[in-house]
Amino acid sequence: MKNFTYYRPTTLEAAVALLDSRWGTSELLAGGTDLLDLQKEYVAQPDKVVSLNFVNDPIFTRIDVPQILPGTKAQVSIGAGVKLAEIAEHAELKKLFPALTDAAATIGGPQIRNMGTLGGNLCQRNRCWYFRDEFVQCLLKGGRKCYATDGENRYHAIFTRGHPCVIVNPSTLAPALIALGASAETVGPTGKRTLELSKFFQAPSKPDQREHVLVPNEIVVRVLIPVEGLRNASYEVRHKHSWDWPLVQAAVAFRLSGGKATDVRIILGHVAPTPHIATEAQKLVEGQTITPELAAKAGEAATAGAAPLSQNGYKVQLVKVAVKRALLLASGAQPDWLL
Amino acid sequence: MPESPHPPHKPGISRREFLSGTGLTAAATALIGPGETLGQADKAKAIATPGFGPKPVACELTVNGTRITVQIEPRVTLLDCLRHYMDVTGPKRVCDRGTCGACTVLLNGKPIYACTMLALEAQGKNIETPESLYQDGQLHRVPAAFAQYDAQQCGFCTPGFVMAMKGCFDRNPKATPAEVERCLAGNICRCGTYQQMRHALRSLCQKGG
Repeated sequence: MKNFTYYRPTTLEAAVALLDSRWGTSELLAGGTDLLDLQKEYVAQPDKVVSLNFVNDPIFTRIDVPQILPGTKAQVSIGAGVKLAEIAEHAELKKLFPALTDAAATIGGPQIRNMGTLGGNLCQRNRCWYFRDEFVQCLLKGGRKCYATDGENRYHAIFTRGHPCVIVNPSTLAPALIALGASAETVGPTGKRTLELSKFFQAPSKPDQREHVLVPNEIVVRVLIPVEGLRNASYEVRHKHSWDWPLVQAAVAFRLSGGKATDVRIILGHVAPTPHIATEAQKLVEGQTITPELAAKAGEAATAGAAPLSQNGYKVQLVKVAVKRALLLASGAQPDWLL
Repeated sequence: MPESPHPPHKPGISRREFLSGTGLTAAATALIGPGETLGQADKAKAIATPGFGPKPVACELTVNGTRITVQIEPRVTLLDCLRHYMDVTGPKRVCDRGTCGACTVLLNGKPIYACTMLALEAQGKNIETPESLYQDGQLHRVPAAFAQYDAQQCGFCTPGFVMAMKGCFDRNPKATPAEVERCLAGNICRCGTYQQMRHALRSLCQKGG
C-alpha cells in the first residue's frame, strides 16, 4: 500500500479538523477491515490516515440502553466506535432489537466482528469486484462506464432503474437500523447534525460520491434507535453459514396490536445501491394479520420494480423468500425452515 | 532486529510530501492542504494532534509479555511487523486480506486478523501469538490436541486455528464443541482437516478446555 502519515486524535473534533474537505486524500480508520484492503489494492491511496481508535469519548465508544419506563420515549445509543461483536452479544439489545443483533452476528467471522465497528459498517465501500480491482477504471473511479452492467454481475443490484452504477450497498446493519427507525448523529466542519438512517445512504455514480451522504470531513458519532416496542427480525439468504456476504437480506419491523401488524417497515439489503424500502410490501401487510399466506404475498410484492441484470435474476426469488421468512420470524412463528 | 532483511514493501512517498520536502514542513502542509477551509480553532486542534510518518517511526509492541520496539513506516501491518521486523513468525501470511485466518493473534484476549491491522494501532495492547503456546518445555493443550489428533496436513493454517481455539477456551473454558466451531468460522483450511480438528476440539471440550 502507499505510505501515509498516521494520526491518532483523542477527540472527534480533532479528527474532523485533520480530515480534508475532499474525498481521497484523507481516510478514517476504525476497524480497518475495509480500509486496509482498499489500500493494499491501491483503490484507496490516502496521504493521511486518521485513526478513531484512540478517541476517548464514551458517546463514541459505548452502548447506552436507558432504563425504559412505560409511556416514556426512550432511545438506545450505540457509539459508532462500538465493535460488531459487542453489538451481536449485547443481552439487552438482543431482547429489544433482534433484527440488529442477528444481522451483526452474521457479519464476516469472529475476527472481523472483533475488529469492525458500527460506524465502519455503515460507511464501508461497496464490494463490486470491478471497483475493487486496481486496474479497472469504473464510474466510481472516474471511468466512463460501469463494467458490471454488462459483465460479471451475479452479486450486483436487481433494483437497477436509474442507477448507472449497479453496486449493492454492503451494510448488513443498515436495513435493520432503517427498519427500526434509527438515526445517525454525526460531527463535521459545521458541527453536529442528526439524520435519519433512511436518508443516510445514496447511490454513488462518480468518484466524489460515496455510498452515504456525509461530507468528507464528517464522522458518525453514534446511532440512536427509538425504543418503540416493535416486533423486528432480519433474515439473510447466503451461500455459506459463515464468512459470507448475504445474497439478499430482508429486515422487518412492525407494531403488533390485536393480532394486526401496523407501522410496517420492510427493508431489503444487498439488492440495490442503497438499502431498498419495499413500499408495495409494506402497504400490503399494513393492518393485516401475518399468516404464512400473507407473508408469501408480501414477498411477491417486495419484488415490484425489480430489473435484474444478466446473471442475478435468482435474487428476485430470494427476495420473496427473505421477506416471507423475516415477517414470519418477527411475528413469532416457529420457523419451518432450517436455520 | 531493527532492520528487515527483506524490505516487504514498494517504496512510496506521498505526492504532498514530495512537493513540500520532508520532515516538519511536510507534516504542517499535510495538516492544512490547499483549498481547505479550516477555522482558526480547528487549525489549532489539528496542529495539536501530531502525525506519525510517513518516514519510519518508533513502534513498541507487547508481544507475549515482552516489549519490543522497532522503527516502522505507518503502513506496516501488525502481521508484517511481527514477522519481518520482530522475527515473530508464528502468525502466517496467506491471503493478507483478512479472509483466511492464518494470521490470527489474540489482541487483549480477542482473536483478530493481524494482516488487517496497522502495527501502530496495536501499541499498548497485549498481543499473543502462537509462540506463547510453548513455554518451559510445555506445549499448550490446544496445539497438543492438534498434534494428538493429526489435525493438520500442510500445517500452514494451523497457527491461526490454534489461536482462535485458544481464544475461545480462554473466554469460556466450558464451551461446547458447537460453540468452539463457531469461534473457528473465521479460519480456513485448504487441506480440509476439519474432521480431525473436530476430534481435537471434542477431546478438549471433554477435558474442560
